[in-house]
Amino acid sequence: MSASKQKYTEEQYLEVGKYQPKTSTGKIANYVDQRVGGTSIVREFGRKVFPDHWSFMFGEVALYSFIIVVLSGAFLTFWFDPSMATTRYSGSYAPLQGLEMSMAYATALELSFDVRGGLFVRQLHHWGALMFVLAMSVHMLRVFFTGAFRKPREINWVVGCALLILGLGAGFTGYSLPDEVLSGNGLRIIDGMLKAIPVVGTYISFFLFGGEFPGNEVIPRLYSLHIFIIPGLILILIAVHLFLVVVHKHTQYPGPGRTERNVVGYPVGPVYAAKAGGFFFVVFGILCLIAGTFQINALWNYGPYDPSPVTAGAQPDWYIGPFEGVLRLMPGFIGDFSLERVIPTPWGGNSLALPVLIPMVPVALLFLGLFVWPWIEAWITGDKKEHHLLDRPRNAPTRTAIGMAAMTFYMIMWGMGSNDLIATHFQLSLNDITYWSRVLIFVGPVIAYILTKRICLALQRKDRETVLHGHEAGVIEVSADGEFHERHTPLSEYEAWTLVSYEAPAPTPARPNAKGKVTLAEKIRARLNRMFFEDRVEPVSREEYLEALEHSHHEPKGLAPAPGGAGEIESGRH
Amino acid sequence: MKALSQKRRHPFAFVALLLLGLLVTGGLYAAATTVNQAQASNVPPGYSTEDVEEGQRLFVANCATCHGMNAEGTDAGPSLVGVGAAAVDFQVGTGRMPMQMQGPQAQQKPPQFNDEQTGQLAAYVASLGAGPAVPDDEYLDIDQGDAARGGELFRINCAMCHNAAGAGGALTEGKYAPSLHGVEARHIYSAMTTGPQNMPVFNDSNIPPEDKRDIITFLKTYESQGTPGGFSLGFMGPVAEGLLIWTLGLALLIGSMVWLTSRSS
Repeated sequence: MSASKQKYTEEQYLEVGKYQPKTSTGKIANYVDQRVGGTSIVREFGRKVFPDHWSFMFGEVALYSFIIVVLSGAFLTFWFDPSMATTRYSGSYAPLQGLEMSMAYATALELSFDVRGGLFVRQLHHWGALMFVLAMSVHMLRVFFTGAFRKPREINWVVGCALLILGLGAGFTGYSLPDEVLSGNGLRIIDGMLKAIPVVGTYISFFLFGGEFPGNEVIPRLYSLHIFIIPGLILILIAVHLFLVVVHKHTQYPGPGRTERNVVGYPVGPVYAAKAGGFFFVVFGILCLIAGTFQINALWNYGPYDPSPVTAGAQPDWYIGPFEGVLRLMPGFIGDFSLERVIPTPWGGNSLALPVLIPMVPVALLFLGLFVWPWIEAWITGDKKEHHLLDRPRNAPTRTAIGMAAMTFYMIMWGMGSNDLIATHFQLSLNDITYWSRVLIFVGPVIAYILTKRICLALQRKDRETVLHGHEAGVIEVSADGEFHERHTPLSEYEAWTLVSYEAPAPTPARPNAKGKVTLAEKIRARLNRMFFEDRVEPVSREEYLEALEHSHHEPKGLAPAPGGAGEIESGRH
Repeated sequence: MKALSQKRRHPFAFVALLLLGLLVTGGLYAAATTVNQAQASNVPPGYSTEDVEEGQRLFVANCATCHGMNAEGTDAGPSLVGVGAAAVDFQVGTGRMPMQMQGPQAQQKPPQFNDEQTGQLAAYVASLGAGPAVPDDEYLDIDQGDAARGGELFRINCAMCHNAAGAGGALTEGKYAPSLHGVEARHIYSAMTTGPQNMPVFNDSNIPPEDKRDIITFLKTYESQGTPGGFSLGFMGPVAEGLLIWTLGLALLIGSMVWLTSRSS
């Protein structure tokens, strides 16, 4: 919580002006402070409280990896020349010596083999990029499954989604820069996708590549995007994102003493700042460790790009994998019916490449759904309240189930992006994997939805059970008349609070609008609302809790061994 | 002639004719069989008659079940007439033949025959009909090859199945292009000339022997370079990299996060 805004009196201001520092450091600090106003900044931000939970740190990881990627990228720009001018390679790597290649590839090789530390920094840059998108994705999953996107944070969720898309863009443009066979294959797919757009596709492709693919223009253009436009946009959106975090305060998990009106945790200064600052170096260290030990994008393997060779195992970086996978998954024919159609036009017909266009639809819907989900959920639930306390995923079973269904959909596409490697490494038939995935892409999300929802409801019932009866103590007693009975230890009040403090609203039926008419949209909303809440598990109410306490008082209390120790069985903890 | 016609009714004339006929037939037969034998012992260059004979014995004992007693092929295995010594040297020398089990393609395993036996089998199969021979050492000498040119040829002709780093890749219905790391130069050469399993044949008019040598030189030079950037992750490119960041990378991150946010108790 920020420090309360007090009004200072005239004397207090004069007091500050009269302050005379004694040491030379103090004098410098005071000089700067009087001109910059550091005290008020530190007073405002230094007292800002952040809740402590490991899952809240993925956003930080994304920020830190972005900084690392920018720093290492700046180093790379000193040597990399994004030009498609032809040169003859004469660097250290023997198997490529004397080959004709673009300046981009030659300088990328020079960076790898002839610049001191160049290969390490290049690998750090690439691993950092993978980590950047990974951290954003996991952060986003955390925010989704805990409901942190709800009012008032919907706009920040959209900013986050935009950051993810920009991250994908930054990654893809970087992947395409070295101009070797792998990156050229990637660009060829983009070219194909552009050309699949009916009528205007070829023109768009020609504009992007400055003529027929691959042309001489695309690498410098991607370079401008990669080092200037996209990182600039990311930087701006990060500033907006963090500003909104400060405005909204951080969310927190439910727990004793935590309400919608406070934040429980450490203030930024000094502990949290030290932790966060230290964590930057932890992330840096992890990335350096990986970059120093694992080879990434060994571009000398692929050779200079030329449109004729293709390499087996050509894949994009992981975050573009689903886009690749959905193309691999899509059939070109259904039975004998070719999906490649020709639109009759006066000038002789344009081809309509449906096998390339159709797969873009579910991907577009997935990302569109991501952007607008906060409003969809608020519309269905009718929830217009502010939320600063997070949901445990099990306490929002339908949202969790929908999230898992979307993840399953994503992961099937993702897996299909590596179907050739799955085939060789698990000794399966490539064709069978593809056929099965065409079924799974429809069935998998439904199964995931049902399973997740059932698991969430089961966990909620288990929570109710735990609140009402306590934890199983692992001690079985036999009463004098032969009845077996397991002892339960009662919950602490802190734990009980965490387990009962959630909302499970009843379904809200369709209501007529101001004109007294029940609209179709309202009917759909009511139906979806019922899907959300009809099989809800309500938290233990105060009455139920008191009754359960009353009930347990009648039972033999405590954990003292039963008299005479008759028939006591110790069972393992489970 | 008069004397002959006078003696044709001689009591021994019939015997003499019979003898003559037998002699001619026998002589012709003997001559014919010698010609046949000369054809059968069509020993391929570089092998001896004993090699062929020994090879035939090995063949009958180990290969004939599927390939037929005279290598004419059966439902279980193709004819080997005309596949040449190179095919045998590759298939048997890399352990693919005798085949462990029927499947989408023959699996590599430790060779069942030593070099001498492999050579004998090759001699026998080569004796059945002309085919690609085991490569000359001249074309396996990587000191005479050009790695950069070989790399270019490799990327154009081989990389779409074997991967640009020679790590192998998937084909349809369980078939695959194997990894080329650690494969002997002569086996790489023989694979190109004979097209084993699902591989196409790259004959000498398609890729001349010198170019084959360049390709081998590229593969061997590539192997000798090691992996400058650290562990190779199987030379599989972005999929293995993604897997690493989602397993090791994420685990290290979460470990440090839990450590940072844990309270000292």
